[in-house]
This record gives sequence, structure tokens and C-alpha cells, in this order.
Amino acid sequence: MREILINITYILSACLFIFGIKMLGKAETAKKGNLISSASMLIAVVATLFDRQLLNCDFAMWVLIFGGILAGSAIGWAMAKYVKMTSMPEMVALLNGFGGLASLLVGWADFQFNGANPAVNPYFYKTATILAILIGGITFTGSIYAWGKLSGKISGKAKTFSGQKTVNAAIAALCLVSSVAFVLCGNYGAAYACMIAGVVLSLALGFAAVMPIGGGDMPVVISLLNSFSGLAASAAGFVIQNNVLIVAGCLVGASGVILSVIMCKAMNRTLYNVLFSGFGATTAKGGEVKGEMKAISTDDAYYVLEAAQNVVFIPGYGMAVAQAQHAVKELATILEEKGAEVRFAIHPVAGRMPGHMNVLLAEADVPYEQLCEMQDVNPIMENVDVAIVIGANDVVNPAAAQDKSSPIYGMPIIEAYKAKTVFCLKRGQGAGFSGLVNSLFFAENTRMIYGDAKGTITDLVSKFKQS
Amino acid sequence: MEIILLLFIFTLAAFLGFELIAKVPSQLHTPLMSGSNAISGITIVGAIIATGGTTNDTLATVLGFAALVLASINVVGGYLVTNRMLGMFKTKKEGK
Repeated sequence: MREILINITYILSACLFIFGIKMLGKAETAKKGNLISSASMLIAVVATLFDRQLLNCDFAMWVLIFGGILAGSAIGWAMAKYVKMTSMPEMVALLNGFGGLASLLVGWADFQFNGANPAVNPYFYKTATILAILIGGITFTGSIYAWGKLSGKISGKAKTFSGQKTVNAAIAALCLVSSVAFVLCGNYGAAYACMIAGVVLSLALGFAAVMPIGGGDMPVVISLLNSFSGLAASAAGFVIQNNVLIVAGCLVGASGVILSVIMCKAMNRTLYNVLFSGFGATTAKGGEVKGEMKAISTDDAYYVLEAAQNVVFIPGYGMAVAQAQHAVKELATILEEKGAEVRFAIHPVAGRMPGHMNVLLAEADVPYEQLCEMQDVNPIMENVDVAIVIGANDVVNPAAAQDKSSPIYGMPIIEAYKAKTVFCLKRGQGAGFSGLVNSLFFAENTRMIYGDAKGTITDLVSKFKQS
Repeated sequence: MEIILLLFIFTLAAFLGFELIAKVPSQLHTPLMSGSNAISGITIVGAIIATGGTTNDTLATVLGFAALVLASINVVGGYLVTNRMLGMFKTKKEGK
């Protein structure tokens, strides 16, 4: 009876997860969807507390369980409360890593306790266990490495060395060998040793796999790791024969895959190319660029903006680094009050995670009617008086559309070069993430405004206020 | 049979997941990711059982406990941060 009640509750919980995710996909219902999904998590946790396996728990065990939940919740609460919106990609990466490690530990703990005589077919049980461990391990160290890159603790550049692919392939092969040995080995002690090898190797593989991937490709990596953390949970569900884990984990796995594919399409690259090519590690030569970069002072920029009737902002990772979103919003409001039409054009891979720019601009109170997707803004670009590129580079590089020899040829871009005037806010004259020279910066209608983006925008705002 | 049933559920859930998320506006990509990230903390269920259901095996209990703390961080942090983000998305009508 107890079993049945718990399982019915799990079914309810799984249904609510599905509803929650569905609602999360629409702007009007997203907040409610998140609440439903969290309620569903609570239901699943409470139901688990009545599990048959916890019947023998003494008082100390309950203290341990509730203590663990409370401690984790407190840490999670503090992280969520104090994280800056500009640090969101790091936060997501870190949480992802924790989820992955938790699944690894669940697999390990279960094998430690039940591994000698599992309740189901031992081959199936062990396959699920090693999958939870491998996927969890890769997710953990991969996410931690991504977190380091995103937070600037280690260089965001792709790290490559000769023979890297061979080394990675060797680690992956060893992973496979130890997994197969673990599953086939009848002796508990020997299998245990293989499992520990699996733990170590999967942790190494996570590091090794993310190392050659550069910062600009992080949107793909984070979505993929997100998918992995779900799959690890799902595998852990097979280990402990729990349906709600399998369903919820699998839903997350699917959503992560979809997001990764969307990100890859937005760059016109394959997942294979993103993961294994070491893109951006070397400075590509790129095509010849004619002309020179023409700088403009904020004074002159102000006069141009004053006359503009139609303005488009194109934000990129540089806006996040400079934390310029509030200043940008202020400028946008002023321009609007003067009667200009203001839009924000957002490239799908601008920033360091899917939807990064949307979150930052929402934080600055930009209404989302003003946020335009690439395909909506490109057709009207010719009517735009001023396009202001803030810390974006590759996503506005015309070479992607015009130069067949360019490594990013074929990547859909925001066609800023079609605007009557283009302002590019940039700290220096360096190349972007891809290492390519951006021909937009040399175009006839482009003016560069050097300096910190936040400073430049604030400067423009004060000029408007003075007049 | 039990095993086949579990695999069956897994496969159906995968298709369901693809259907559910195929057409999400890019606006919502980040909240969707952090929200689903929180859901992957469902492994907390396994962690609870691994902590409390492993009496007399200290190592297993310790591993379970570590998993429990990590999964709780994942769940609570993920949901709260998603909620915080979604709270910032406003339309013009709702005002400032």
C-alpha cells in the first residue's frame, strides 16, 4: 500500500514537472511554470521521505537527512540571492556541476551499499550505475572548468596543445574499458576498483573535453552540460528504480539537447565543430580589409544621435563585461522620449549563455517588446539611422555573409552594416573571440567610439541631459 | 520486465521533452535553462535514499549526504534564481 501511494505521488509529481516545463516555455506563464515545477520537486521529496528504505532510520539519520537538505538549501538560497545578473552564466554552470556530482555520488553510494546483491539484473544495474557515474563526473568537472572560464578565474581562450585529441580520445577509451570491465566483472571487489577508475577518468574527461572550447562557444557547452546533468539524474533513476528521476532527468536531457542544437544553428556550425575544433585558439588570418577604422568623439556621436529617428542597439558580451545595461536603458529611454524608435537586436549566441542579453536587459527594465530577434530586425535594418554595437563583434561581422574564405562564413548575423550609421563601442582595436578582423569596423558608414562601454553611454546620456 | 518498463518510460519522456521545448522563444532560453537545471536536481530523491537507506555503511551514508547537500544547492539555487530572473521580465503595460 505504502509503495503504491508513493508511486502515485511520483506520477503526480512527474505530471507537474511536464506542466511546469511547458509553461516555462511561454513568456506569460513562465513564472507560474517555475513555481509549479518547484512544487512538484517538493512533492517528490516529501513522498521520498516515506520510502520503505527509510523505515529503519533512527533519529540521527533523520537529523542527517534534514540537516543536509537545510544546509544545501541555505547555500543555494544565498547563491541565488546574491549572484549578479552579469554572473548568471557562471551560476548556471556551477549549479549544473553540483547536480552532476550529486548523481555521481548517488550512483557510487548505491553501489557501495547494494552493489554486492542488486535487486534487479546485475548487468542492467551496473550499466545504469556506471552511466550515472560517468555522465555525472563529466558534467561536474566540465561545468567547473566552464565556470572558471566564465568567471575569468582562468583564461576564456580555447586551450589546445599538440596531440590533445589523442589524449582526449585515450581518456575516453579508458573510460569505456573500465566501464565495460565494471559491468562484466562478477567479483564485487574488482568491480569496485573499476568503478573508482571510472570516477577518476570521467572527472579527467570533463576537464579535457571543455579545455579546447573557447569562451564564445560557452552557450553551446552550458546547454550541453545542462542536458548531461539531466541524463545523469535519469541514469541514477535507473539505479534506484525510481520513475520520477527517470522522467524528470530525461526531460532536462531533451531540453538541453534542443538548446545546444539551436545555439549551433545560430552559429552555422555543427556540434562536432564546436566541441572538437579548438575554434578561436589561433588567430585566423581572415580576409584582406580595405579602409581604416574611423574614430568619433562622444560629442559628435551625440549630434548624430540627436537627429536619429530610428535607433537599434546591438549588445554583445562586452556589454555584460562593462555592466553597461542600466546606462544603455537610460540612453534608450531618452531617445524614445525624443520620439525616436528604439529597438534592441539580439543575436541568439550573443553573450555566454543562451538568452544572456535578454536577461541583462530585462534586469535594466527594458520592456521585452523592444527586444527583437535577428530575423525580425534584419529586414528593417536599411531604415535604421543609427545602429549602436555594444561589445558585440562576430555576430555583426559582414564577412560571415560576404567572405567565403572566412571561418565564420555562413553564420547568420545581425546586418548592422546596412544601417545608415553604425557606432561601435569597443575597448580597443583587438579582434573578437573568433580572432577575426571585423570588416564592419572598417566600413564607410562605421564610426568607432573607443573606451569603456558604460563610460561612453553614460557620457552620451549626460550630454542629452545638458541640452 | 521491470527493466523494459523503465526503458519504455525513459524513451517516452525523451520524445515528450523534445516536443515540449522545440519552440521556446530565445527570450526565455536562460530561464528555461536554469529552470530545467533545477529540475535535474531531482537526483535529490536518490540522495535522500542513499543517505537514510544505508544504515551500517558509513561510507555510503557519507557519499549520500554529500550528494544530498549538492542536490539541495542545485534545486533551491536553481529555482530561486530562475524565479528572480523571470521576475525581471516585464512588458510595457506592467510598467516599472
